[in-house]
Amino acid sequence: MNAHAPHTAEQFDDAAQQRDAATLGMWAFLATEVLFFGVLFAAYTVCRVIWPDAFASASRHTDLTLGGLETAILLTSSFTVALAVRDVQLGGRRLATGLLCGTAVLGLVFLAIHGFEYYHDYKAAVIPGIRYEEVGGFAAQERLFFFLYYVTTGFHALHVSVGVVVLLTMALRTHRAAFGPGYHTPLEVSALYWHLVDIVWIFVFPLYYQVGRA
Amino acid sequence: MLPAEQAAPSYLTDGNTLRSWLATHDHKRIAILYAVSITFFFFLGGIAAALIRLELATPAGDLMSADTYNKTFTFHGVVMVWFFLIPSIPNTLGNFLLPIMIGARDVAFPRLNLFSWYLYVAGGIFTVACLLLGGVDTGWTFYTPFSTMFSNSNVMLTVVGVFIVGFSSILTGLNFIVTIHTMRTTGMTWFRLPLFVWSMYGVSLVMLLATPVLAMTLALIAAERLLGVGIFDPALGGDPLLFQHFFWFYSHPAVYIMVLPAMGVVSELITAGVRRRIFGYRFMVYSIIGIAVIGFLVWGHHMFVAGQSMYASIVFSILSFIIAVPSAIKVFNWTATLYKGDIAFGAPMIYALGFVGLFMLGGLTGLFLAATALDVNLTDTYFVVAHFHYIMVGGSVMAYLGGIHFWWPKITGRMFSEAWARFAAILMFLGFNLTFFPQFLAGAEGMPRRYHQYPAEYGLLNILSSAGAVLLAASYLLPIGYFLWSLRFGERAGNDPWGAEGLEWTTSSPPPTHNFEAPPVVTEGPYAYTHP
Ligand SMILES: [Cu+2]
Repeated sequence: MNAHAPHTAEQFDDAAQQRDAATLGMWAFLATEVLFFGVLFAAYTVCRVIWPDAFASASRHTDLTLGGLETAILLTSSFTVALAVRDVQLGGRRLATGLLCGTAVLGLVFLAIHGFEYYHDYKAAVIPGIRYEEVGGFAAQERLFFFLYYVTTGFHALHVSVGVVVLLTMALRTHRAAFGPGYHTPLEVSALYWHLVDIVWIFVFPLYYQVGRA
Repeated sequence: MLPAEQAAPSYLTDGNTLRSWLATHDHKRIAILYAVSITFFFFLGGIAAALIRLELATPAGDLMSADTYNKTFTFHGVVMVWFFLIPSIPNTLGNFLLPIMIGARDVAFPRLNLFSWYLYVAGGIFTVACLLLGGVDTGWTFYTPFSTMFSNSNVMLTVVGVFIVGFSSILTGLNFIVTIHTMRTTGMTWFRLPLFVWSMYGVSLVMLLATPVLAMTLALIAAERLLGVGIFDPALGGDPLLFQHFFWFYSHPAVYIMVLPAMGVVSELITAGVRRRIFGYRFMVYSIIGIAVIGFLVWGHHMFVAGQSMYASIVFSILSFIIAVPSAIKVFNWTATLYKGDIAFGAPMIYALGFVGLFMLGGLTGLFLAATALDVNLTDTYFVVAHFHYIMVGGSVMAYLGGIHFWWPKITGRMFSEAWARFAAILMFLGFNLTFFPQFLAGAEGMPRRYHQYPAEYGLLNILSSAGAVLLAASYLLPIGYFLWSLRFGERAGNDPWGAEGLEWTTSSPPPTHNFEAPPVVTEGPYAYTHP
């Protein structure tokens, strides 16, 4: 009766059903993530419309070079994780393990650079609630910019951190040959999650680092 | 398979230790866990309601101070909305029935399902502790800037508790959507799904897409209080209306989280009670989806007097009238299903008919409030209080109890006392109307909500309302008594005590752990009653 494949949980009839469920589940989860970040982007838009000048002047405090570097790192990491999935699909293991570890390292480098930015902000006293000194005519409204900047990038960094742990777990499982051409759903949905982390940043970067800088 | 295998044990006897319950992955046991915990929160919120009605029995503010009164109605609102109404039908009946109705062994992610319950319990205990130790005086709506700048109460920790329970909601919605998409048995096509399953699909979409917005908004409130920044505070450059937009973007659809499942339950109860196919099945399906989708576009009707642009108000008003159309389609179709039918007035049917009547009154008074000009007069009066209680208590709670009665034999394997159940159902209908109908009148005469005292001219209406609350309380306590009695002394129910159609009635009562002896195969649409 129970002719279940080794990787198929008992509530599923077969591996294909399980794969469909896991994939759809991840897409549904990503939809909720979009709405989580959507609130922050909407708040940003409204405040920016109300205080265009304050937001323009505040956005000059962010570091365009470091932000650009972070963008490049995340984009590269999305590429490497996609290669890892492809390699496993084709039956590879060692290259995929390396690529997954590399992706995780890129995530860690991203976090390190971000930490460096936060440290700079701390020295410049532009972290609302922690160290903030009002300067110039728009200070109160500039504080809104920095508040949203910290909530958004902080929430995003939290996602990157979770992603790094997930990627390392996947690297370990790949190394132990848990996946192959026939079964690699966890790896695939983890990669999907990592792509979302990347896509969110694609919106954060222009909004907080680029718009209204000139 | 062994040739002489015994019939599988029922899910209730499959493990008797506490651990076998608290670590279960069985959707049916998780449903029971939810049922017990939401009943607990229902009575907690009910105690607060009783205190409110007791205070309002006399015009003077003699029982409690204004401050205590504020904290009491906040307690009532927060507990009832997030810890009873939102999870009520989806997490109990939905959890229990959804996999069985589509012929599956379990939901797609059983462990996630159990995890949702733990999140719910953790959020619940945390929130109730915050509300009791210190309390919150903002109302369940947490309007800014009062909640962020001025309130000296426990706002921050309370919103964290609601934030936690929001994740329980999101994960349940996710689980149900994936289950309905991927776990249907052979032959169970989309248009053969019972309407209850469709309503679970609609409600899951709303839970999944609206709750994150509430969670993030509440997180922003907590951060504002912690860091002294004001996204929602005009004094600090923020926009208080933005909070209301975010809040109602969730909280209007939340009404449909409460009402869509009720509609699903009632569709099952009515078809079984009159032994007929539902009238206009496809229209019922499309109206569920229509309500779920349009429900996302009407939130501004809560903000007509908040300073929202006039043009926005007009658009929101029109959309709010439009969403009445699918709701009305459902009422018409239930009526048409019953028309000239041979109706069995059992307890579930009485609850279902009670739902239709009360939902209609609640819905029609909603149209009063959707009209911008009328709303200016009625905003923040008892008319609004009566309106949403007709939907949320008259509608959802009636349907929830109707559903519990209808599926009780399936869930427990026992029959309850039909006479007592009918008595409780009728008492509930009468008690409910006596409690809340006078509030329409008081509101229309201008009595504002959220005050612990009022001018003596509203005295009669309020004493009627408080008297009704006593009947209502009795009608909520009665089922506890006869249900507990039935667990021990109730007659054994067969597979299908009501002669109802649907996969859940083809398996034993209570069902075995994996729901069916063999995966069922579906060959026809739902409600295949012999009479046309
Ligand atoms: Cu509404």
